[in-house]
Amino acid sequence: MKVFLMYRDRDFDVSRPLPANSEAMIQDLELNTLFRAMADDDKFLLEVARQAVLSSLVDAPSIMYRQQVLKDCLEHPSVIRELYDVAVEAIRNEKESWWLSSYFRSPSLILSTSTRMLELFLTSLIRLRRIADDNAELFHSEGFTRFFKMIKEELNDQYFAIIQNHLRRLKFEDGTLISAELGKGLKGSNYTLRRPLEERQGWTERLFRRRGSSYSFEVADRDESGHESLRELYERGINRVADALARSTNHILSFFVALRTELAFYIGCLNLYDRLAKKGEAICMPEPLQVSEPILSSRGLYDVCLSLRTEGKVVGNELHADKMRLIVITGANQGGKSTFLRSIGLAQLMMQCGMYVPAEMFRANICTGIFTHFKREEDTTMKSGKLDEELKRMSDIADQIRPNCVLLCNESFSSTNEREGSEIGRQVIRAFLESGVKVLLVTNMFELAHSFYELRGEDILFLRAERLPDGRRTFRITEGEPLSTSHGEDLYREIFGIDEQKHNREAYAKAQSDR
Amino acid sequence: MLSDLNQIAYRHEVFKDLEGKKLRQSIANFAKGMHMMREHLAQSEKLHYEYQKASWFLDAISIYCDSVESLTQEISLVNLTSRGFQSFREYLKSYTKSERFRSLVDETRKLKDMLSKVKYCIHIRGSRVTVSRYGGQPDYGIEVAETFRKFQQGEVKTYLTVFHERAEMDHIEGRILDLVARLFPDVFLELKEYYARHHDFIDQIISRFDREVQFYIAYLEFIETLMSTGLKFCYPGISDRSKEVWARETFDLALAAKLAREHSNVVTNDFYLKGRERIFVVSGPNQGGKTTFARTFGQLHYLARLGCLVPGSEAQLFLCDNILTHFEREEHIENLRGKLQDELVRLRKIMQQATSNSIIIMNESFASTTVKDALFLGKEVLIQIIKKDMLGVYVTFIDELSSLGEATVSMVSTVAPDNPAKRTYKLVRKPADGKAYAMAIAEKYGLTYEALRRRMAGK
Repeated sequence: MKVFLMYRDRDFDVSRPLPANSEAMIQDLELNTLFRAMADDDKFLLEVARQAVLSSLVDAPSIMYRQQVLKDCLEHPSVIRELYDVAVEAIRNEKESWWLSSYFRSPSLILSTSTRMLELFLTSLIRLRRIADDNAELFHSEGFTRFFKMIKEELNDQYFAIIQNHLRRLKFEDGTLISAELGKGLKGSNYTLRRPLEERQGWTERLFRRRGSSYSFEVADRDESGHESLRELYERGINRVADALARSTNHILSFFVALRTELAFYIGCLNLYDRLAKKGEAICMPEPLQVSEPILSSRGLYDVCLSLRTEGKVVGNELHADKMRLIVITGANQGGKSTFLRSIGLAQLMMQCGMYVPAEMFRANICTGIFTHFKREEDTTMKSGKLDEELKRMSDIADQIRPNCVLLCNESFSSTNEREGSEIGRQVIRAFLESGVKVLLVTNMFELAHSFYELRGEDILFLRAERLPDGRRTFRITEGEPLSTSHGEDLYREIFGIDEQKHNREAYAKAQSDR
Repeated sequence: MLSDLNQIAYRHEVFKDLEGKKLRQSIANFAKGMHMMREHLAQSEKLHYEYQKASWFLDAISIYCDSVESLTQEISLVNLTSRGFQSFREYLKSYTKSERFRSLVDETRKLKDMLSKVKYCIHIRGSRVTVSRYGGQPDYGIEVAETFRKFQQGEVKTYLTVFHERAEMDHIEGRILDLVARLFPDVFLELKEYYARHHDFIDQIISRFDREVQFYIAYLEFIETLMSTGLKFCYPGISDRSKEVWARETFDLALAAKLAREHSNVVTNDFYLKGRERIFVVSGPNQGGKTTFARTFGQLHYLARLGCLVPGSEAQLFLCDNILTHFEREEHIENLRGKLQDELVRLRKIMQQATSNSIIIMNESFASTTVKDALFLGKEVLIQIIKKDMLGVYVTFIDELSSLGEATVSMVSTVAPDNPAKRTYKLVRKPADGKAYAMAIAEKYGLTYEALRRRMAGK
């Protein structure tokens, strides 16, 4: 019995190692904000959200499979939450058996604990069946159709009766029948619990009736060591049955764990949806395209993490970058360049894990990997030089990045002067582009941006953070060639509220008088 | 130690055969089997229940038969050149064909087979135990597992309890076994008779082979671990007349074993004595490999007399009658006079045993006395050694001893030319030059005149 709600044909493994670039991506795209919204204060949901979001799918059918399941979830959230509760409750039973892994266990203790757990699981399985009976026809996705069908078929009434039978038999009311062979030194070996062929009352008498076919003895009451020996014989006899039953309860548990894990991703999607819906933010199912040419188009694309952190709605952007291999974003400081870059990265990442995306419309080619290289503020405290550090990160990326990946660069190469940084950047980016990597570059380095502009490539798009004639920013990103001046001056004025030239004059005068 | 070149050659042949991997593996398996057999016999002795004793005894014979048969089979397929192995192979062939061995094998197999087919059931209800023949009842554990297999997502751990297994039976097990014996009377009667019938089943020659071959195996296994680190071993040429000895890429076996454990490299050395040369006088920096060289020289001759391979890529050695050693002793003796006295007493005993065919190894003798005494005593002793025409090594800190005449050869432990503090552990034939070495060390530590002056000047 496989859950298969995350993949059509395989399990979702929450402990699989994350891609090597995950840590950088979490930091650069501020993914923890996203994960926290999906988790809604639940550690397990957080873990699953992180795993699912960062383990990108790389083919359209897999993405579509999840999109369909997710649509069912968005339509019937209460059924999904009830299913999730059944799994969570079933797993809670595991606490009863913590000592199964302890040192002082014996087959008889394992057997009695497992029997108790089996009784508890039986209740959960019956609940599961009932949910399937009541709701199956409301679900249309391939994943849920298959899942409910499986539950109804596998957990039928006859099957529940078989389980009841085992629970009764395991009480051993007519004693235990154990087979054995002659082992080393003629000691009994290969002790195996047998099911009597006939279980009607008095089977033991019938079994041993023939003369010379059986011999008996009675262990005297006062023979303590004899009783102890008999006890051990019994323990050896039920050892394998106890093992089989304990493993069986573990199998059932593992089924519920798988169910909980796979549902957890969709619960996370529901949680995030509730938050965004409350704010009136739009979402849409993206269109993943399994093509080798670069596709990237969107309407109303916004940074979902920024939205989660702010009160009102955030500014959405339009983007038409189909066929573009390089997108260079320049323009005013604090003009929304980083946010814009992040919104693209987040949408791409969410699309590739089968989620809806924060936009009115979004389509993109499926990338084999998403990488981020953002300027890090905290780098100044590091012992190794800043350029050294950032180029090391770039080199780590180069170790992993492949054709058909996308690389988001945010003010890369800016830890040295513009001339050197531009030269390194130009060489790195050209090398990536020619290797089939899509690059989105946010930069303040005019020389770097301009060098690409001069190429006049058909597949290079230049975008600019909009700045109104009066200096105000709209946080909209529009097409436009790089301009030679940045807008740091504006920002400086805004923050310091003084006339920079005046400030400079004063500083000059002070320097003169100090002489 | 062997004193006859023919005996040494006999062992060399056996070693050479055993260098073959196939034969070695066969011998190793055989030895393991014989060891297991002995353990089974010991266990059989210890046990209390008669059936149990007989069962362990049966297993011992079974292991013995299998081991002997496998060895016979395998040894017939390898190419053997040594006199030792060839005649043992012939013996094995005739022994395993003998009526005595064949019937032992047959009876053992038959009985084991009968016992393995015994299958019974124990029914426990309260304190009542009933034993019966097994009647085809299904394995309930499998049925349980089958019922719940559908939920399996991946591998889960086992919950099987591991029971402590004792060889002995308690009285409940004993009673059950007695009842099983009543259910299968023929089988158990046969077991009893078999036990009584086969008391002295071990062949004496095979038993002796098992013991003696261990010497070869143990030595080969030991040197092979060293060979895997790149060290070389060879069959030495041995003469009982010529005292011209030499070896290439040789080393101290004990040191090499220690360094191999620490994964460090071993430095090898070459040496030769030709014409009338007899004694290596070894000098040079401490910790430079002098003692190691002395040990190596002694070991080579000792191992050669055991008929073993010796450390080195090539070696020509002398069949000595005795290897005499005089090493400085660590133990504390109250005063210097006492210590010197002790050394001289030991030396006198050694010289009394020595013949012209003996080898003598002297290491830092008289190091505790004055240079003048050491020079005097060293000279005296060396002259005695030379007079007796003995081969040997004399390790000393006194340079002058290295040029006493044509019988002595000076060997010096060397240092790296660019770093005098670094030992190479290489010993070379050259005149002793302790002073140049001492100056270099002094410079390195800034203790030359000029250096000391400069250092003192800044204060």
